[in-house]
Amino acid sequence: MLKRVFWATSAVILIGAAGFGIYAYKPAIEPVDANSRTAFDPEIVEKGRVLAAAGYCSECHTAEGGPPFAGNYPMDTGFGTIYATNLTPAKETGIGSYSPEAFRRAMKEGVRRDGRHLFPAFPYNHFTKMSDEDVDAIYAYIMTEVPPVELETKENELPFPLDLRFLQAGWKLLFVDFDDYEVDQAHSEEWNRGAYLAEGLAHCGACHTPRNPLGAEIESDQYGGAQINGWTAPALTPRNASAVPWTAADFKSYLTEGVSANHGISAGPMGPVVHIGIRELPESDIDALSLYLGEKSGTNNGDPVDTSAVVRSLERGRPDPQYRKDQGERLYATACASCHYNTEQIAAGRPDLGINSATNLETPDNLIHVILDGVSGPEGIEGVVMPGFRDALSPTEITAIAAYLRDARANRPAWPDLAETVTRLSNTAAPAE
Amino acid sequence: MIEFEINGKPVSVDADPDTPLLWAIRDEIGLTGTKFGCGIGMCGACTVHVGGRATRSCITPVSAVEGTSITTIEGLSAQDNHPVQEAWRNLRVPQCGYCQSGQIMQAAALLQDIPAPTDEDIDAVMTGNLCRCMTYPRIRNAVRQAAAAMTQGNSDNG
Repeated sequence: MLKRVFWATSAVILIGAAGFGIYAYKPAIEPVDANSRTAFDPEIVEKGRVLAAAGYCSECHTAEGGPPFAGNYPMDTGFGTIYATNLTPAKETGIGSYSPEAFRRAMKEGVRRDGRHLFPAFPYNHFTKMSDEDVDAIYAYIMTEVPPVELETKENELPFPLDLRFLQAGWKLLFVDFDDYEVDQAHSEEWNRGAYLAEGLAHCGACHTPRNPLGAEIESDQYGGAQINGWTAPALTPRNASAVPWTAADFKSYLTEGVSANHGISAGPMGPVVHIGIRELPESDIDALSLYLGEKSGTNNGDPVDTSAVVRSLERGRPDPQYRKDQGERLYATACASCHYNTEQIAAGRPDLGINSATNLETPDNLIHVILDGVSGPEGIEGVVMPGFRDALSPTEITAIAAYLRDARANRPAWPDLAETVTRLSNTAAPAE
Repeated sequence: MIEFEINGKPVSVDADPDTPLLWAIRDEIGLTGTKFGCGIGMCGACTVHVGGRATRSCITPVSAVEGTSITTIEGLSAQDNHPVQEAWRNLRVPQCGYCQSGQIMQAAALLQDIPAPTDEDIDAVMTGNLCRCMTYPRIRNAVRQAAAAMTQGNSDNG
């Protein structure tokens, strides 16, 4: 009995392994000679330039300070560091020997020309949604416009067995849908164009969709937001944490100008996505993307300008008007409190102006006289002086200080003729010393 | 002639009675540690002690200080080691430094009156001394440190 179970199990494993081997096996595609490549239609080359920019290929395929597209950009995947390959048409270390078929297979199936599997740090799971025509245009651009640079790609730093490329076939089997982009009949043609771009070329989900423990995007949580290179790629769904929902108009401004007035700017890893990337697309494509993303984010209508969140935020940002209302208190703190201060008790020679006679009299004249002309050494406490503010403060400011003392400190009804008194005494010449 | 005492020495100044005390101190007597800031008693850079009280010298006419005793930053301590000065040095309070002699004179007057000030006391008394470099957090720390040093010193001596 045990023997039979053993043999049956072994047979299943063997057949499974053989089947996997057949699935995983990809043949090499014959190299082509760069010199034999015929020239491409300039219109297709230009289209390819725009698409390569909008897919920001060079962001990951260029090392810091290195030649464009020549690879070796280190990508920390969480499993280990993967070095981006050399995408220049260099014959030995680049993709110069790739035929259009080999390039298409790499882009859409994640398989190198020599038949080995690529790691999904390269988002072929998105590019597989692209049309052959678009992929071929990128091929035409790279082969025509990108200068070939022979530069060996560094060895990936992946732990065993993650470094075994043939196991990638299993990952693909589990996680990648290789079907073409499927038009969603429930939506407009423009929406579908946006979806085609977002899910394919622009590979938004590569950063904005959270990944499972095996590093695959969680389809049921598309655009749910994720961490990337120490930054948060915010959710592109109604879960987006912004105070104001994103609309198509916000996305359009963000994807072309790098800023949405209601949300913020494209910074960090998103910076080049906008600035060397998506803004290259024709306006109709950016409109389509914006429409699609606006609907994914939940609302696509209404101008957020009048929403309570915006109104409240603007209100909170205004300076506190109390600051101006309390001019007298503020001036007192600046001009008077450096000397007129007390804590638990009134110190001799530190007149507390709340109980001082001058602030409690029926008329403000005495207080104003002292503020205007001060107290000299021989007056009052001998040897102590108070400066006069006649030439320092305006009648309005002196009025404010006096009104503050009368009201907030002495707690007395306002002097009815305060402003007139200040003006009258200010216009009277200072007493001769 | 207007006569008074400055940093323990008697002086007599021949100036117009309306001359601000600040100019008499800087130009006639030659002590330039006291600074001109706003000229209207609103910034505190010109603070000196008159009869032990922090006084804005830019708006105090020299005639008003006849017979008084004045202390400037140069006379706060014979060895420049007043606890406030020590704290200022320890915490490297100044940035550009322009307002700092006024700040120190104001802080010294404060601690004379309120030996253990709360942060509210410090804010209330020091608010009139402006610092364009925004060294306020260090100023407040230094006042606290000086207060602690002075209280400690008193109990050691007592």
